[in-house]
Amino acid sequence: MLEIKDLHATVGGKEILKGITLSIKAGEIHAVMGPNGAGKSTLSYVLAGRDGYEVTSGEVLYKGENLLDLSPDERAAKGIFLAFQYPVEIPGVPSATFLKTAYNAQRKARGEPEVDAMEFLKLIREKTKELGIKDDMLKRAVNVGFSGGEKKRNEVLQMSLLEPDMMLLDETDSGLDIDALKIAADGVNRLRSPERAALVITHYQRLLDYIVPDFVHVLADGKIVKSGDKSLALELEEKGYAALSAA
Amino acid sequence: MVVARETVEQVASVSDKYKYGFISDIEADTAPIGLSEDIVRFISAKKEEPEWLLEWRLKAYRHWLTMVEPDWAQVHYPKIDFQDIYYYSAPKTKDKPKSLDEVDPELLEVYKKLGIPLKEQEVLAGVEGAHNVAVDAVFDSVSVATTFKARLEKEGVIFCPISEAVRDHPELVQKYIGSVVPYTDNYYAALNSAVFTDGSFCYIPKGVRCPMELSTYFRINAAQTGQFERTLIIADDESYVSYLEGCTAPMRDENQLHAAVVELVIMKDAEIKYSTVQNWYPGDENGVGGIYNFVTKRAACRGENAKVSWTQVETGSAITWKYPSCILQGDNSVGEFYSIAITNNMQQADTGTKMIHLGKNTSSTIISKGISAGKAQNTYRGLVRMGRKAENARNHTVCDSLLIGDKCGAHTVPYIENQSRTATIEHEATTSKVSEEQLFYCQQRGLSEEESMALIVNGFCKEVLQKLPMEFAVEAQKLVGISLEGSVG
Repeated sequence: MLEIKDLHATVGGKEILKGITLSIKAGEIHAVMGPNGAGKSTLSYVLAGRDGYEVTSGEVLYKGENLLDLSPDERAAKGIFLAFQYPVEIPGVPSATFLKTAYNAQRKARGEPEVDAMEFLKLIREKTKELGIKDDMLKRAVNVGFSGGEKKRNEVLQMSLLEPDMMLLDETDSGLDIDALKIAADGVNRLRSPERAALVITHYQRLLDYIVPDFVHVLADGKIVKSGDKSLALELEEKGYAALSAA
Repeated sequence: MVVARETVEQVASVSDKYKYGFISDIEADTAPIGLSEDIVRFISAKKEEPEWLLEWRLKAYRHWLTMVEPDWAQVHYPKIDFQDIYYYSAPKTKDKPKSLDEVDPELLEVYKKLGIPLKEQEVLAGVEGAHNVAVDAVFDSVSVATTFKARLEKEGVIFCPISEAVRDHPELVQKYIGSVVPYTDNYYAALNSAVFTDGSFCYIPKGVRCPMELSTYFRINAAQTGQFERTLIIADDESYVSYLEGCTAPMRDENQLHAAVVELVIMKDAEIKYSTVQNWYPGDENGVGGIYNFVTKRAACRGENAKVSWTQVETGSAITWKYPSCILQGDNSVGEFYSIAITNNMQQADTGTKMIHLGKNTSSTIISKGISAGKAQNTYRGLVRMGRKAENARNHTVCDSLLIGDKCGAHTVPYIENQSRTATIEHEATTSKVSEEQLFYCQQRGLSEEESMALIVNGFCKEVLQKLPMEFAVEAQKLVGISLEGSVG
């Protein structure tokens, strides 16, 4: 589904990704772990197409198509979703409006009919119920005055509504207590299917107790230095990143 | 022609200068270029006005001659040659497009984006015959308006062109015209008083709640706005009216200078809600062309518990100079000002309000949202004055500016004058930028760059958009997006 080949990227002229190669097949969940500053968030932004994150060499194929040629909204419509580490506040825009606009924009881009307000309300109510999120959140402005946990839950809600094929989760666990963590993980697990894949970026092993990965990669200084199965995550937790880099 | 002949005689009788002037041209529908006492007389005669109104116009003209053009606003434009303007021309009937095929496609594109029905598009674009089609009930809004007019008459509401009111209700016009905005008020108000040719008059009798928003009616009639419009609305005791001026559809007008005057009179326990959507031609992205919109709008809350609210969405014009104001004279009277001013490319806006508190327990609210993009300059200028007798008066001002890009400017100039020991005045101001982060977040969820910008800016304006009559709020939201096109990337 996603083929990353020798990807180099710079931010503000500084090289952050120094040759990443990673292959993710449909149905797989990959975890990327690594110390702060390793380039984890940069990887997720490059894949989502954020301005200022410049690919200097290498390529990324998504469902066989050159991903790097597409604008962020085109990538979104084709099924790439990034759950942000720091979800952004949009004052004055109710979450429900935001979600409906996004949902319909993606449908339109795919040539599907847009849904009306009633249909949408029904759909979103199902999702909030599934995830145990209060409907009250839909009336509030996007992420404004949300607690850290609420912001992350809102990301998961958006993801379960948009039903992406490729989920990118950037430190979704940071700032979450254990209950919120379970809700977030539950949202991802519900979407897990043979047609979908996920790239879970995390600093701590804890999230991986709930979202069990098929593969774990360690990112350090812009490169993947080690790959393995889920036991690698436990090993890292025990010994720390320093031991690994030293080895 | 009988009328025209009488007019000639009338004009000749009031001014012997006509002998040497343009009297041979009297049958033409346009007065000669430039401004003089003769022109003022000509306009008054054409309108068959009573003597008192001519006298008032002449006083205004003579006063105007003694005044200088104001230069304190944060706007820059070449000097206006007031002798190079036509002050009277009959409604243009020639050279109308025959069908929408002949209308500027760019204009039609905007109509489409706003979701304006095809029939209505024809009227707005001035397509020949569109009005006729309209009247015989093909065109919903107009037939609705006709029905509404009957209902208004039943309630005793007077709603007509101001020239008609001068003829049919001279006592009301004479009593109130210039009572809120005297001709001595400012340069453009004086000019307007001397040469105004059209506008609306509205009187809501005591105890009447106007059975409809006057907006529906106006949407259609706004298609022919005058250069020097004069509007006068009087809400008698315990009455209520909601009035919408302007149109979300863009207006192309050959007249570059627009200097309107709007006067509102609100009596005891009465309320006027006045909403404006202004979308005149702003000029191109290099600042060529565009309307100069120099308007004086003022409301006087004369009785106890009187209430007025101004809501404005200003997206058009090359230059906007406009301060809808409230004189809170009656005890417990309330003034509100809700404003969205969007400037893009080379547009300049210097707009705000004046809240003059005279009575006890008067209160006012100001919410101003200024958005600047491109190389535009957007200034909020507001005055809050608490008079000596304004016991326990309160004002709350929120003034937010939003910047898009790094070549535009936002300025906030609040003036506060307080002579009351017990008054409370609060002023909040913020300036923010649309962040790259917000745009990326929206785009990642599937919105295009322009949709993202429109969503973010609409969120910023939400408190004000909510104050608009329902039917216009949706269009105004779309308009916000359209006026910012080309501001990103």
